[in-house]
Amino acid sequence: MTFYQIIAEGLFFAFVILVILGSLITIRAKILMQTVLGLAVAFLGVAGIYFYLGSMFLTLMQILVYVGAICIVLIFGIMVGYTPTEVAEKAIKDWRNKFLAVLSAVTAFLLILACVLKTDWIPAVADDRNFSAAHLGQEFLYTYCLAFELISVILLIAIIGAIILARGGAGGMITDPPAGKEVAAVQEEKGEAST
Amino acid sequence: METISILPPELIRMVIAVIIIISFLFLNAIMMGYAERKIAGHVQRRPGPMEVGSHGILQMIVDGVKLVGKELLIPFNVDRTLFRVAPLLSFTPVILPLLVIPFSEKLQARDLNLGLIFIVTMGSVNVMALLVGGWGSNNKYSMFGAMRAVAQSIAYEIPILLSLLAVVLMCNTFSLKEIVAAQQNIWFVFLQPVAFLIYVVAGLAETNRNPFDLPEAESELTAGFHTEYSGMGFSLFFIGEYTNMFIVASVATVLFLGGWHGPHLPYGEYLGVVWFFLKVYLLLFLMIMVRWTYPRVRFDQLLNFAWKYLVPFSLVNLLITAVLVKL
Repeated sequence: MTFYQIIAEGLFFAFVILVILGSLITIRAKILMQTVLGLAVAFLGVAGIYFYLGSMFLTLMQILVYVGAICIVLIFGIMVGYTPTEVAEKAIKDWRNKFLAVLSAVTAFLLILACVLKTDWIPAVADDRNFSAAHLGQEFLYTYCLAFELISVILLIAIIGAIILARGGAGGMITDPPAGKEVAAVQEEKGEAST
Repeated sequence: METISILPPELIRMVIAVIIIISFLFLNAIMMGYAERKIAGHVQRRPGPMEVGSHGILQMIVDGVKLVGKELLIPFNVDRTLFRVAPLLSFTPVILPLLVIPFSEKLQARDLNLGLIFIVTMGSVNVMALLVGGWGSNNKYSMFGAMRAVAQSIAYEIPILLSLLAVVLMCNTFSLKEIVAAQQNIWFVFLQPVAFLIYVVAGLAETNRNPFDLPEAESELTAGFHTEYSGMGFSLFFIGEYTNMFIVASVATVLFLGGWHGPHLPYGEYLGVVWFFLKVYLLLFLMIMVRWTYPRVRFDQLLNFAWKYLVPFSLVNLLITAVLVKL
């Protein structure tokens, strides 16, 4: 084993540990902020694995999009919506939600498992496929054009959903109790003042 | 002979490069700190630091010693891990971009063919540090500073990327070395003046410099996201900020001002670094002058400026570039 190989193997396990640690922090943390930071650590680990597999472009995109954009938007949402000492929800009491959560988790796991079992794996060293930015761009816009466009439709749906939520929901899904209370309090004060 | 074959030469080269870069970061922060205070002084018609050494030239070294010696205060009731990690997070990502910047034709630690994306990526990680520091401090000023930093960086990252993309479209590569080489005859600042202006303005905002220094606006937020930091915790943020300025100026030099190109010098492939640094520090001088000349913008003005002017202008610029390149 040459020096480079030792370094490469060490890095691989370091990245895997990073992913596992990050995921554990994500699901175990009591404070929402730490949850998102755990997620960021896991994403960095995944980026490292892309690097180990020899695609610099995917590594950089993973960091740029997931750590640099998604995590930061999540944190921004938390900062706007919660106080720093906010604790994540401990137990889901609603049985319907619990059932849906378990169902989606198991389905996702089975889908990934099916993919893992179906693929015949080749060692990273023997894998000489081209992962350069130019090649990936060609594949996306020619070979996998339909899938690529479908993903952008999903993004469009997400944006429309966000706008609907921000404007108060289709049937007024989001009501704003604190503001309502304040208004009521102000009205009470005014009422007292007038009487 | 055995030891030579065990340690690969490329690894040794990278370690040496990183050591040189880190020492350069500290040197740069010292020089920039001194320049900033001196220029601020002269702009405001006072001499600036004068006491330590001739014309106060050793002032920053004395300050550095003071900062190293200071106690690291950790406020009551903060998230200790996050509070301590934040300065490191702000310092580490700024080392890496310097590895891919071509200082001259043969002075470059590593020529990545995705060099530009690499720099942009590391820049986006830097925001994380401000966020973690601001949130971890358990202080409302820090929190507001962090929130402003995020809103600002989300808004200004888009025009930066779009203006850089215009240049990339022209030379068809992300490699910084090849981009500089493509400017042998004419600098891109003459071909892409709009992109250059957008990049410099958005770069000022990205490095949280005045007139866009809302995240650390002294008059409103004490010191913004680093209010609670003392000693070296503060210094690392400070060095991170100056290095970020250096990186923004270097990228502007590489993409628009022709990098190492300039009048002929002997040993041009190494001494091109002279022209490079001349251009970079000229830009940095400009950034410092802007800070001491213009008042701070309001937050809504800042965001409106990014979303309503810079983004559309950079999009149109990109579109025109794409059409012209295709023709």
